[in-house]
Amino acid sequence: MSPVVKRKRKKISIPSRYLLLLLTCLCVVLMAVTFFTDYSADTVNRIAGYIIVPFQNGVSRVGSWISVRVDELGELREVLQENQELKQQIADLTVENTQLQQDKYELNNLRELYQLDGQYSGYDKIGARIIARDSGNWFHSFTINKGTDDGLATDMNVIAGGGLVGRIVDIGPNWAKVNAIINDDSNVSGMVLASSDILMVTGSLELMENGVIGFEQLIDSKEQVEIGDKVVTSNISDKYLPSILIGYINEINQDSNNITKSGTITPAVDFEHLEEVLVILKTKQQVTD
Amino acid sequence: MRRNIILFFVILVSFVLQTTFFQVLSFGGISPNLLIIVTASYGFMFDKKYGMVVGFICGFLMDIFYGGVLGFYALVYLYIGAANGAFHQMFYQDDIKLPIALITASDFVYSFVCYVLLFLLRGRFDIGYYFRSTIVPEIVYTVFVTVFLYPCILMLNRSVGDVERGDPKNV
Repeated sequence: MSPVVKRKRKKISIPSRYLLLLLTCLCVVLMAVTFFTDYSADTVNRIAGYIIVPFQNGVSRVGSWISVRVDELGELREVLQENQELKQQIADLTVENTQLQQDKYELNNLRELYQLDGQYSGYDKIGARIIARDSGNWFHSFTINKGTDDGLATDMNVIAGGGLVGRIVDIGPNWAKVNAIINDDSNVSGMVLASSDILMVTGSLELMENGVIGFEQLIDSKEQVEIGDKVVTSNISDKYLPSILIGYINEINQDSNNITKSGTITPAVDFEHLEEVLVILKTKQQVTD
Repeated sequence: MRRNIILFFVILVSFVLQTTFFQVLSFGGISPNLLIIVTASYGFMFDKKYGMVVGFICGFLMDIFYGGVLGFYALVYLYIGAANGAFHQMFYQDDIKLPIALITASDFVYSFVCYVLLFLLRGRFDIGYYFRSTIVPEIVYTVFVTVFLYPCILMLNRSVGDVERGDPKNV
């Protein structure tokens, strides 16, 4: 490239304050567009997905391989000791097991009565691996390694270990962003299984530290809801499929208005050690249609 | 040109490390903010304009993958990059005090803006709690990582012979 061409190029360069103004306007317009419309930047997602996701995939695979090896070494000694203790426990448990088997019959009968069985085991699911987490410390969303190419779409529900993890809020061809229910900006309409009371499950950064999520707006006029009750997703939610387990009630407080109650729920999913999740390949819209 | 290629890889590596590696190495759920380090360093190492562009790219990347609305983080990072660019005149390569101070300040401003716009406006008023549990730990961890990461960024760009010294003789 000749110096003349170079100089010409420099002449076109814009002063920094105009560049600042320009980029600011661009950001504001983008924010307005994404906030007020349903527009999601498909092409940008696609490009970013092809550049970033393969790296994240690789690094997280290497990382998990190493962490597994390290854990193995550390655990070996513990395991030996544990083995002896466990042998003793087996003896105790065999006795208990007989007892529980009897309870199971009863449980099955009750479940049939409640018509809960297989409500969400009937949906098609696909496994996905978490490859990256939110880079900031304010929110707890994460990226999984499957996207539109694997048949996923936004608003699909994500579960793990039988409990609700969250839903897909943004998607690219080979990645999807999952907003966890423990996230500070997440709200899920839930239902207490025992009494069918509707409540609102709201994530909170403050409560997350104690491993719980908050709930509010529980109208429990008959005082039926107790600590330990199961909370599932309600059937009035427009994003979440009904009857997916959220967690168990941990604490109930009467609100100052004396009408509603709020408190905390222990989630069914261990969000700290989440590595693989299942995505239900049906959205609520499709099911109701 | 070479500077831009290096920049591309620095941003890519920082983003990937921040979302994967450092999430595993997080202490109490807090991980360092590498993108702030990159944005701030490029701001005071080169100039305002460079800081702005780097900030915009870093923020936009955050927006694509983790932002609620497109452009929010881009805007925050953009201004942090620009502000750091204003300190280019005071920057000397051998001095590590200014970079550390600037990165600390940048991370604080970033966290504080995030708190105000994303939490305070939604009625989460317990500012003391968020300071203790998120903002301060993040700053400490970020500064700790800066001590190792910043010399790498500096060295990468020095080997290109591209870092403009901020001393008055050259200006």
